[in-house]
Amino acid sequence: MSGAEKIAVRVTDITPLNELVTRFRFEPVNGGLLPTFSGGAHTVVEMRDGDITRMNPYSLMSDPFDRSAYTISVRRDDEGRGGSKFMHTRVKVGDEMIVSNPVNLFSLDLRAKKHLMIAGGIGITPFLAQIKQLDRAHGNWELHYACRSEALGSYVDYLTTTHPNDVSVYYDDQGQAIDLDSLLDGQPLGTHIYVCGPKGMIEWVRGKAAEMGWPREAVHYEEFLAPQPGKPFEVKLAISNKVIQVGEQESLLEAIERAGVDAPYLCRGGACGQCETNVVQAEGEILHRDHWLEDDEKASDTKIMPCVSRFEGKTLVLDR
Amino acid sequence: MSIQFHKETFRGDYSFHNSERAIKRFPFPFDKDSYMYAVNMEQHRGGPADSIYEKRFDVDEHYISEMDDRAMVLADDPLRCQSLPHMTLAGWDLLELIMVSKSEDYPDLFELHRNGDQWRWINKPLGIDDSFTFMDETTLPYGPMEYITRQTQGDFCVLDQRDDNLWMDAGMVTTQADWSLDFDIGMNFFEWHAPVPLAHEKGIFVRALKFLLNIQQGAPARRLNWTMTVNPLLDTSPENYHKWGIQKTTLTPENIAAKQHLRVELQTFFRLPRSNALVFPIRCYLCAFQDLMTVPKWGRRLHRVIRDLPVELATYKGFIDNRPMMLDYLSQFDDGQPTSLGIWPDLDTEPPLKSA
Ligand code: HEM
Ligand code: FES
Repeated sequence: MSGAEKIAVRVTDITPLNELVTRFRFEPVNGGLLPTFSGGAHTVVEMRDGDITRMNPYSLMSDPFDRSAYTISVRRDDEGRGGSKFMHTRVKVGDEMIVSNPVNLFSLDLRAKKHLMIAGGIGITPFLAQIKQLDRAHGNWELHYACRSEALGSYVDYLTTTHPNDVSVYYDDQGQAIDLDSLLDGQPLGTHIYVCGPKGMIEWVRGKAAEMGWPREAVHYEEFLAPQPGKPFEVKLAISNKVIQVGEQESLLEAIERAGVDAPYLCRGGACGQCETNVVQAEGEILHRDHWLEDDEKASDTKIMPCVSRFEGKTLVLDR
Repeated sequence: MSIQFHKETFRGDYSFHNSERAIKRFPFPFDKDSYMYAVNMEQHRGGPADSIYEKRFDVDEHYISEMDDRAMVLADDPLRCQSLPHMTLAGWDLLELIMVSKSEDYPDLFELHRNGDQWRWINKPLGIDDSFTFMDETTLPYGPMEYITRQTQGDFCVLDQRDDNLWMDAGMVTTQADWSLDFDIGMNFFEWHAPVPLAHEKGIFVRALKFLLNIQQGAPARRLNWTMTVNPLLDTSPENYHKWGIQKTTLTPENIAAKQHLRVELQTFFRLPRSNALVFPIRCYLCAFQDLMTVPKWGRRLHRVIRDLPVELATYKGFIDNRPMMLDYLSQFDDGQPTSLGIWPDLDTEPPLKSA
């Protein structure tokens, strides 16, 4: 079996926060305790939609030491393949679901003298858990949180009331923006930067930090990619000797799994590297969408990350 | 089954010995008649009843004496146990993992009673009954990692995971095969493996690291490693090489059967939940050649493996000079018959030794 260990949970609370974001609470079906986790960890939620099973990663936002329940916040993505829409429209309190054991690809560097957190939109969620972890250990942190508008500012009230001195909020529609130059310039030695948000924001922060001479290992980021829909295509799996069709609304990984072939994965969001698969032959264009492969690997079309990447062209043969 | 703990030594008069049960469950590390480094990792989810794979942390007849030996090593050299400041949380993770595992797996030997943060730990074999506050170091006599690893067989490396690498930032290392925590502390996976021959070229460490970085909570893994030790010494550290290195020259055809030991490490890997660190317990099992030879399959196979082992490996493992003498002894137990695949003794199915 691939992926992290699974846990059967029941949805015990659904709280809409605003027009786009809804919070879900999961408790173990058997009444026991959930595994503890570390701030920044995610869980992969399985969504059974007829005979399609979608699995999406969501950051855990609850207190890592609270083993009675996990909470996640899901932002509705109307353009996506329907995972988030399924969570918003189909999941009801009392439903049983399967989630994975926590996996952390966005861990705090516990050597840091100070943790500087930069969040954009729904990227706030891993920080909520990290803040709880750091508060317990009396860690030194500061959060800069950019949201589209007050109405869409999930958890702003909670953050600014509990930590008025450590949290700064910026609203795009009011023309407010993080002054990154002076923010990075004023940091004490031993500070680590953590950024989670849209792709553009991550690139902006990483680029600026690199320009200002921050060491690469002091800049941490996480961006989950939701697999994007695309044109259907055909793939030949060389080892299992199968030809499969990837539908418009499913990922290559999901299509491989649907064909009964066990393929490795963890994050299903192009970040962990676990699903890396060798390309035996590609006549056409691989649409690389992951954060894992190096640019030269992408250019050579010898590898593909089937959790997020797709293909357009004549023939694709994979070593799977 | 209740374990009869031995009172024995791993130094001086070397009274260490294995019972018949211990010999049968010895982790013979060769699954075929030859050996080469490989990414030999599998899930650590139990194993055959009474095998060393069955429990998460195996406790055997040597438990009390091994812990006495560890205490002696630490009294002479406190640097065998080190933990960089950011690793304390991982130490608590490890303490919890071991206490929960042992109390569940050996309820007659260990008890853990938890009431919120108030914990009571009872270790019957060592006569310990301590109450403390979880996550409050001032309530334990040592830091959490040192406290629990003074009560658990095997060495422990606690690896911080960051920047797509593992860093040896904490450990309890008193039963090692000639490497030093004090030297390796703060190093990363490639740095501390630098002395190993051939494996880098074969790409083994790149693949092994990738596997380790992805080890998940609740899904531990394991592998076996091995070397040779003259006399049943637990502490074969570089720090004490002057004491044990010369003992290798005391081997003779007369004493080799009793003195030469195969040293096998059961290495396991667990993700730690709160710190996202990885713990790497290295459990050492020793078995004298004469005891190994009571299993016909192992006798045949050990001879073939040692005979065909590449010079680089025999040199790195430190027995190249004694290899001819070992082969003279071992060849008596190899009648040329085929051996079954796998590491298990297969006493019921493998033929007895044909006498020459
Ligand atoms: C994070 C866990 C690990 C730690 C802390 C660790 C540590 C060590 C150390 C300290 C040595 C001795 C090097 C020296 O001569 O100074 C060693 C040797 C070695 N390690 Fe690892 N190791 C780990 C995981 C692995 C894995 C997963 C493999 C998988 C292939 C591996 C393969 C080896 C090999 C082949 C040797 C040489 C052993 C011999 O021939 O006796 N190690 N390791
Ligand atoms: S599953 Fe993590 S990169 Fe594909």
